[in-house]
Amino acid sequence: MPLLRWIRKNTVVIAGALALGYMVLPNLVVLLFSFNKPAGRFNYEWVRFSTDAWTDPCGVADMCTSLGLSLQIALWATVGATVLGTMIAFALARYRFRARGAVNALIFLPMAMPEVVMAASLGTLFLNMHVSFGFWTILIAHIMFCLSFVVTAVKARVVSMDPRLEQAAQDLYATPAQTFLRVTLPLAAPGIAAGALLSFALSFDDFIITNFNAGSTVTFPMFVWGSAQRGTPVQINVIGTAMFAIAVLCVLVGQAVGNRRKARA
Amino acid sequence: MTAPAPTPAPPAVPAGASPAGAPSGGAGTGAATALARAAARRRRVPYLLLLPGLAWLLVFFVAPMVYQASTSIQTGSLETGFQVTWNFAAYPAALAEYWPHFLRSVLYSGTATALCLLIGYPLAYTIAFKAGRWRNLLLVLVIAPFFTSFLIRTLAWKTILADESPLVSALRALHVLDLTAALGLTDGSRILATPLAVVCGLTYNFLPFMILPLYASLERVDGRLHEAAGDLYARPFTTFRKVTFPLSMPGVVAGTLLTFIPATGDYINAELLGSTNEKMVGNVIQSQFLRVLDYPTAAALSFILMAVILVTVSVYIRRAGTEELV
Repeated sequence: MPLLRWIRKNTVVIAGALALGYMVLPNLVVLLFSFNKPAGRFNYEWVRFSTDAWTDPCGVADMCTSLGLSLQIALWATVGATVLGTMIAFALARYRFRARGAVNALIFLPMAMPEVVMAASLGTLFLNMHVSFGFWTILIAHIMFCLSFVVTAVKARVVSMDPRLEQAAQDLYATPAQTFLRVTLPLAAPGIAAGALLSFALSFDDFIITNFNAGSTVTFPMFVWGSAQRGTPVQINVIGTAMFAIAVLCVLVGQAVGNRRKARA
Repeated sequence: MTAPAPTPAPPAVPAGASPAGAPSGGAGTGAATALARAAARRRRVPYLLLLPGLAWLLVFFVAPMVYQASTSIQTGSLETGFQVTWNFAAYPAALAEYWPHFLRSVLYSGTATALCLLIGYPLAYTIAFKAGRWRNLLLVLVIAPFFTSFLIRTLAWKTILADESPLVSALRALHVLDLTAALGLTDGSRILATPLAVVCGLTYNFLPFMILPLYASLERVDGRLHEAAGDLYARPFTTFRKVTFPLSMPGVVAGTLLTFIPATGDYINAELLGSTNEKMVGNVIQSQFLRVLDYPTAAALSFILMAVILVTVSVYIRRAGTEELV
């Protein structure tokens, strides 16, 4: 039996392909059901083909407002977490100081803690300090949990950088500011970019921490959560598919640019 | 005969980081006092760099934790206000009432973690050793789900697992559902709103967290070790058991922790894919906090959850026998 022999020889690859299928299947369902015309309020059963949702993506009340809010929060959270996190990463990678171990532990903890616990405790604090929930509380919470991821990404990069390049710049009479802007920063840029991208994705998609700290403010994930109770508009799938397409396009373009740069070098 | 599994050269990890030389070259030949001042300024730099970020974490991460601890020993109600009375009663009360939820959380997320390892390992292995020029594309496909809101993707499982969906109908026709029902995983002939659906959702949602660390550690395994094992008459499976798998242990440990910890606290899958019989601790904390407004109970539940995770993880790490975290 050649087929059986082929299966035995490629068991691992077949299992890997099945796993990949398991991971991609929901994305395909989201894509397919963005062309559905559901009969009731929920978009769980296929009825018939329609492009209504694609021609009118903002046709649902409040959805695009929540999308805009999510983008805004993700942008500011990325800026905040990237600046604060990069500073910490440089301090940890480049300097020896007392309490380094404690700082490392403090950075690690938020990543190892279940989100509900962080969410509930921050929410309790805001509640008791009589801070009104909304844009600012969400932003504060997002910067808090994105920070550690930025530190990890940037630190990994800075540690692997050759310190002699900066020494060379200084030997060539570069001022500290010039050295930093023209040598250190460009070298650290990939790590900083990775941290920023991760922050953006984490913040944009965060639900649990937002749920406890948003009050009546509705971000996009909060909107999706609410619609799971009230009725899921097809437009949700349109947004999901568009996000997926944009992200994959960015990755492909980034890779093409990288390849061309490599070819030129 | 087993391969002697030569240990690869230890990766040249720079332990910590070296202080970046002494880049005071430009300072020139100033007086000793100027140099001392420069040194003092330099010593201040790391603290200045750390200050804003650490302040943020202290105020919005550490302080809430401490505050939460004090909340868990408060008594009172929304009308009269809450006072710290050193009343630890919330803990046994929470445990007595919600122990099934804790049990479910650990069971579901433990099963999901095991399934993630089982499903994720072949894929990580394929990407690391068999993918060739498809490697980058496959990695993109693994990370790609991150880009669509995970709530939308979890809702898609409602469609996939719906009672009349092609998948469920096929499983029913193959009598697989009878088997899972006998095991108590499903309820009659449906999957949605059963433990199986919740575990399936958890597995799906946290699979990338398992695959990426697995891939990272498998990628570092030297392919020549496989050849060496083969030369020493190890069969492929023996090579895997004695060479590849032990070398991928750091990835296995990191992946299981990255999956187990968030999955135990998760409440989205139980809420969207389960019924009231599948609620986990996260669901209870959420409803105590946002609906019942019983903050001491929510706080006590959070701390018990942390303790449960801490104990499970430390037992696991001791068993797995590796100190190399992250």
